[in-house]
Amino acid sequence: MSEFLQFLFSGLTTGSIYAVSGLGLAIIYNASGVINFAQGDFLMIGGMATVALLAAGVPLPLAIVLAVLITVAVGACLQRFALAPAGDSDALALIIITIGASIFIQGIVLLLLDKNQHALASFSGDTPIAIGGASLLPQSLWVMGVGAVLVVLVAAFFRFTLLGKAIRATAANHMAAQLVGINTRFVLLVSFCLAALLGGLAGIVAAPITTTSYDLGLTLGMKGFVAATLGGLGSAFGAVAGGLLVGILEAMIAGYVSSAYKDAVPFVLIIVILLFRPQGLFGGRVIERV
Amino acid sequence: MKRALHPGLVATLVILVLLPFTFPNSYFFDVAIRVGLSAIAAIGLNLLMGFAGQVSIGHAGFLGIGAYASAILTSSYGWPPLAAMLGAAVLVALLAFLIAKPMLKLKGHALTIATLGFGIIVLIVLTNEGRWTGGPDGMSVGPLAVAGWQLGNEKQWYVLVALLLLVAIRLSLNLYDSPAGRALRALHGAEVAAKVAGIDTAAYKVRAFVISAVFASVAGSLTAHYSGFITPGLAGFLRSIELATMVVVGGMASTFGAVIGAALLTVLPQLLGGLESYEMVAFGLILMLTMIFLPRGLVPTLRERLRRAGK
Repeated sequence: MSEFLQFLFSGLTTGSIYAVSGLGLAIIYNASGVINFAQGDFLMIGGMATVALLAAGVPLPLAIVLAVLITVAVGACLQRFALAPAGDSDALALIIITIGASIFIQGIVLLLLDKNQHALASFSGDTPIAIGGASLLPQSLWVMGVGAVLVVLVAAFFRFTLLGKAIRATAANHMAAQLVGINTRFVLLVSFCLAALLGGLAGIVAAPITTTSYDLGLTLGMKGFVAATLGGLGSAFGAVAGGLLVGILEAMIAGYVSSAYKDAVPFVLIIVILLFRPQGLFGGRVIERV
Repeated sequence: MKRALHPGLVATLVILVLLPFTFPNSYFFDVAIRVGLSAIAAIGLNLLMGFAGQVSIGHAGFLGIGAYASAILTSSYGWPPLAAMLGAAVLVALLAFLIAKPMLKLKGHALTIATLGFGIIVLIVLTNEGRWTGGPDGMSVGPLAVAGWQLGNEKQWYVLVALLLLVAIRLSLNLYDSPAGRALRALHGAEVAAKVAGIDTAAYKVRAFVISAVFASVAGSLTAHYSGFITPGLAGFLRSIELATMVVVGGMASTFGAVIGAALLTVLPQLLGGLESYEMVAFGLILMLTMIFLPRGLVPTLRERLRRAGK
């Protein structure tokens, strides 16, 4: 039982990271119809920028704020300078642009920093907390806590603020949103910034656990995507549930079956889900217009 | 419009014959051979991406399976290289056929993600099944020998790869001009319209998928024998992206575009000194800029310009 609990903790921790990453993807997908392959790189930038700033002597709280700002700036640039100029290109072209952006960002980070893996020090020590025979690292609590707070804040943002409502309106119907006077260009920019903000924060709290390196984004982004697709791309709740599910499944497979193949879990899962329930576990029925 | 001598094919032949005379040393042959091998894989991927409008970012998976199947069949089972290459191609064709039907039911980004998943699963298997593949350290592969005669130096390899490249171009052009090819292009344009016109879109997509996988497998087998040593990186994500970039930059649905894309993206890293960071920055920039400014790729855009200028 304690073994199961241990795997569950580890799964919930990584699952929270995937959930926040998936949430960012779902926000961008809803607002613009773009699958952002650079989502994972937002997490990487958050972690790497914090590491670099700390190394430059900046105190941790300031480093975190600056790293998040850097990530948001990258998100804004991605929308404004890479995706906006492509205009109404088909989805294929936009996907390729975000893939290009992802590779580009990784190259820049590699150029500015280095190839090594960096570990950020845990925020509140490494003394494990014993719960029911299993141990939980304080950093795991940070990850789950920050993840939960972000999810609640995002939900509140979409429900109660004018800007959040404008994003939802744009997601529902781009043209109609423009007709009622919503600045959809601005909405797109905001949704990219929001996704980058989520990614940056998740990347920073996760860095002490996952360690961070320039190519971390690929795996995290892909798993975030699996999470979002699993939950049905349209739904924010689905992305979060999907993320936790992927994390827990991965931890269980690693614990009970084979740790070598744990990384294959999400990808096998995604193919199975796409084939048998393309609308995701929680998504509504998709009716395609031609 | 089937012509025995396509002008582009003749031009390629002339270039391939003349090119070696400009090479000062074997390094140039080496680069040319690698351009050729990539071009064969890119032509295959172009059939899928350009003609059928299906993005694959896991295509290096097929390349990796071809390479490793050749390596394992020749080293562990003593198959002659050609038989191993054929065996690898049959294996990949079967695998592609089996996964094509369910996978091609997916649309747009879902298919892209599924191909990515496929590529990563192949990579994980190649990395983990160490007793067959040598794991992350890779394995060595014997030289390409036909009936006791061994392909030794770069010049012989150049001739072989040049011939195979011509065959690949010819096959691709044939497919492009055939009724099947027109059907495939219609798929990219408007799948629903193609269906309404009575085209069995699913069957054609499966065919494009299998053919493109076989091209990749053959390129993989040859790469394995040529380089003499393979690592799972051959099936990696970056390699898949590289192939997709070649197709996108050269121009989707253009056979010669795929060749030019392969040449550009193989030579460019050489000019950048093989530094990974520059390579990634350059690849990323090229992908983005091409999609923003030349969404149809180099060759189709230039052809259009020339046609307009000629009028």
